[in-house]
Amino acid sequence: MNLQALSGQLLVGLINGSFYALLSLGLAIIFGLLNVVNFAHGALYMMGAFAAWMMATYLGIGYWWALLLAPAVVGVIGVVIERLLLRRLYGLDNLYGLLLTFGLTLIAEGLFHHAYGNSGNSYPVPEFLQGGVRLGFVYMPIYRGWVVGVSIFVCTLSWYVIEQTKLGAYLRAGTENPKLLQAFGVNVPLMFTITYGFGVALAAFAGVMAAPVYQVTPLMGSSLVIVVFAVVVIGGMGSIAGSIVTGLGLGLVEGLTKYLYPQASSVVVFVVMAIVLLIRPAGLFGRER
Amino acid sequence: MLRVTRTLVVTLAALAATGAAAQDKVSDNVVKIGVLTDMSGYYSDLAGPGSVLAARMAAEDFGGKVLGKNIEIVSADHQNKADIASNTARKWFDEEKVDVIADLVSSSTAGAVMPVAAEKKRITLLSGPATTAFTGEKCTPYNVHYTYNNWALANGTGREVVKQGGDSWFFVTADYVFGKSLEEDTTKVVKAAGGKVLGAARHPSPGTTDFSSYLLQAQSSGAKIVGLANAGADTVNSIKQAKEFGVTPKQSLAGLLVFISDIHSLGLDIAKGMYLTTAFYWDLNDDTRKWSKRFFEKHKKMPTMVHAGVYSAVSHYLNAVKAAGTDDADKVIAQMKATPVKDFFTKNGKIGPDGLHRHEMYLVRVKSPQESKAPWDYYQIVKTIPPEEAFPSVEAQACPLVKK
Amino acid sequence: MSRLRSLEALGWGVLVAVGIVAPFVVYPVFAMNVLCLALFASAFNLLLGYTGLLSFGHAAFLGAGAYVTGLAAKTWGLPTELAVLSGTAVATALGAIFGSLAIRRSGIYFAMITLGFAQLVYFLVVQMSWTGGEDGLQGIPRGKALGLFPLDQQLTMYYFVFTAFLGAFFVIHRAIHSPFGHVLRAVRENEPRALSLGYDVDRYKLVAFVLSAALAGLAGSLKAVVLQFASLSDVHWHRSGEVVLMTLLGGMGTVVGPSVGALIVVALENYLTDVGSWVTVITGAVFVVCVLSFRRGIVGEVRALVARSFTGAGRKRSSSSPSSSG
Repeated sequence: MNLQALSGQLLVGLINGSFYALLSLGLAIIFGLLNVVNFAHGALYMMGAFAAWMMATYLGIGYWWALLLAPAVVGVIGVVIERLLLRRLYGLDNLYGLLLTFGLTLIAEGLFHHAYGNSGNSYPVPEFLQGGVRLGFVYMPIYRGWVVGVSIFVCTLSWYVIEQTKLGAYLRAGTENPKLLQAFGVNVPLMFTITYGFGVALAAFAGVMAAPVYQVTPLMGSSLVIVVFAVVVIGGMGSIAGSIVTGLGLGLVEGLTKYLYPQASSVVVFVVMAIVLLIRPAGLFGRER
Repeated sequence: MLRVTRTLVVTLAALAATGAAAQDKVSDNVVKIGVLTDMSGYYSDLAGPGSVLAARMAAEDFGGKVLGKNIEIVSADHQNKADIASNTARKWFDEEKVDVIADLVSSSTAGAVMPVAAEKKRITLLSGPATTAFTGEKCTPYNVHYTYNNWALANGTGREVVKQGGDSWFFVTADYVFGKSLEEDTTKVVKAAGGKVLGAARHPSPGTTDFSSYLLQAQSSGAKIVGLANAGADTVNSIKQAKEFGVTPKQSLAGLLVFISDIHSLGLDIAKGMYLTTAFYWDLNDDTRKWSKRFFEKHKKMPTMVHAGVYSAVSHYLNAVKAAGTDDADKVIAQMKATPVKDFFTKNGKIGPDGLHRHEMYLVRVKSPQESKAPWDYYQIVKTIPPEEAFPSVEAQACPLVKK
Repeated sequence: MSRLRSLEALGWGVLVAVGIVAPFVVYPVFAMNVLCLALFASAFNLLLGYTGLLSFGHAAFLGAGAYVTGLAAKTWGLPTELAVLSGTAVATALGAIFGSLAIRRSGIYFAMITLGFAQLVYFLVVQMSWTGGEDGLQGIPRGKALGLFPLDQQLTMYYFVFTAFLGAFFVIHRAIHSPFGHVLRAVRENEPRALSLGYDVDRYKLVAFVLSAALAGLAGSLKAVVLQFASLSDVHWHRSGEVVLMTLLGGMGTVVGPSVGALIVVALENYLTDVGSWVTVITGAVFVVCVLSFRRGIVGEVRALVARSFTGAGRKRSSSSPSSSG
């Protein structure tokens, strides 16, 4: 065992975990309130990255503005999807929501592929965050550190808003009993729309964060989405804290696997998921309903 | 004596050819060329629609007709799946009278189609795939491996890099047959040239986007050269993240299979200084520039070596049909192997009895943004590798067709 | 109602007749491919449409059947029938193992567990050397039916597959219309109630799961013999998604629906191969339209239409849950 290499791998795992956490957070919020399994999450993440790239290429908008604008744009697309399509499926088996969003994923990936091909496009690391520091055991690019920091900040903030504020209380109440909440005079359909828009914006935000690190391609989210699903399921569907903690934790597990048996790194998530579900049916942080 | 026999054979062949022409032997009154490629997946930029365009251009430049019959181009998406490729090929041969299949990017699809084509006596012109064994253990009588193979890549890049002092290697390898065989081939070359291989990290593919942990292993190995035995998006992401994690410029990257489309998408700032081997570059000479500019006008991107290879292979095929006076696969393939290739793609190409097209390869270095004077001005030619050095000899291949 | 029955019998007759003449009209390999995937979708439907369990890992059974059949025919040199049987047997065993673990959960959790197991199978197939990795297991010999009729003949092969298909289809039909099938539907409609009536719900679910896995394995085995090929796309999760599409498109919980769905999907894939990325867009659009407007699927909608015009019973719009009648 090479301790230095291992700690390096774990750190890299943590970085990937931050992306998982950001994505699974959005997925968990959407599932929690809307009971929709949003398969399009990966595609929306891709669209976030593409939005940033397009803003830079066509409009000359830099990273910092993109970090704000891209999630807004994709969030609006999310609102449209919710208003026009998803809304018609509430009250049905959530299988239909899954299938609808799966279809949307195919459409989005196909269209972007048609327009931009598959090799993808490079998005530069913002100048301010270029370079790296030697942490003794590993060379840490500053940008990656930034990713971890921002992701943990955003996740904590979302968790705080949902679990500790009045707005969050409405949201949680909506999850438990939407009819009752409606009776109290809360505009539940609007809340659903906003929630979906927010969850989607989070995915796009993760996409912008990922753009400088990965190549911006139409398929960048396609293999990610089922991993993120697994993360949410392990954490407990609908559990906000669960999805954040599991996202980070699974990044670490993956890092460990990459150190011990790299070929299995893409499957370890599913093994963990199957084991967790068999022992704790509602996931690590979920409540049995 | 030998010469007499040879003359006799040639005369007989010529006689046979004229006899055939007299009978007007074009099956189904059409010469149909199928381009089977990846139209929407990971390799669609380096092959895909560009390959279809290249085949179309070849047919048009030929006048659209050969032996008085129409030349028709059909295309299909094999989605990089071996089963879809083999089904499509079977359908094309059985139902749609396709005479020849070109491109076949990705080794698994080519490996699936070649036996089907051999069984049906139709020709395959491989431009996209890389596996060396296609003209070795897996060779078929109706196949031409046209553009490049793993051996040529490993040899071109591997040997030269070791010669320049890069004598310790670590591989980042795509965990599938293509990646592993590329790693193997390069390992042999590196060792033969006096270098050593310190290890390899295998990543699942496709589907890996984060290569940092594999690159960290490469980093801690202390190897001077990190060899990327992967392709397409995998290579692009590896290169990008290698820079991010400070692997480069301390260690150097050797991209074993890199296309100009990859460099274009990475940008020179990230890719600069990298060595790679290619069969074609648009800015080699007047001929390549002339053809490539035409291609560019239609495709809006410069051709990759796969695209150029498809054009050249299809033209060579059509010339052979014309010369043989028939589209009968046996006669055409014999004609193709008997005639040297001379066009913008190669000045000095020959197709061996094993089906391998031996031509020049180029070792190039990617320019820095300062060196690049124009759009797509990406490569500096380091060395032109002559055909006999670029590709394995017939004897070195284990093709059972070739009797020793 | 009896007119509906005779209509159904007529439908069956037409279906068999179409099956018999099909290879003379369309390319036989295409027809066989449709049959195999139709069987796969029907097997899947047994679980989703009649038991209400959405498996997102059925590719594992299809793929296991295909690979084991290939291994048996190619490496062990078993005759075709035995090779197909061994493929089916392994898929059945796999179904028993996965099933006994997965049926303890339901809904989305069930889907995710099956997906997890299927990913595991995928990983094993990629890692084991005899499967040929992404090259797939190629050159599987077709052999001879009953040791007499060479299956290299497309027509012989076709009728071999068609016979197996009819046999399997008959099994599905019997299962659905037996008391066993009625209990399954009771479980789907209201599990607590079935439980309180004294049915061992888990055992019924398990039997349905294993049967479904076995038939999916049979479909995979036949496919391997027809195409002489077992490949990674047979075990990939896209395949598991595709079978959901087929079933949904044709009509969940209808006997012929999945076959119709399979026909459409295979035909789309077959005839749209040269439009490139638009295939993805079109498939996606089909999904969306289906979910929004034809939740009962083609056969389900037609059936509702017929039922409405004959009996008037379907006049009030029946609910569009996955549970339209069997």
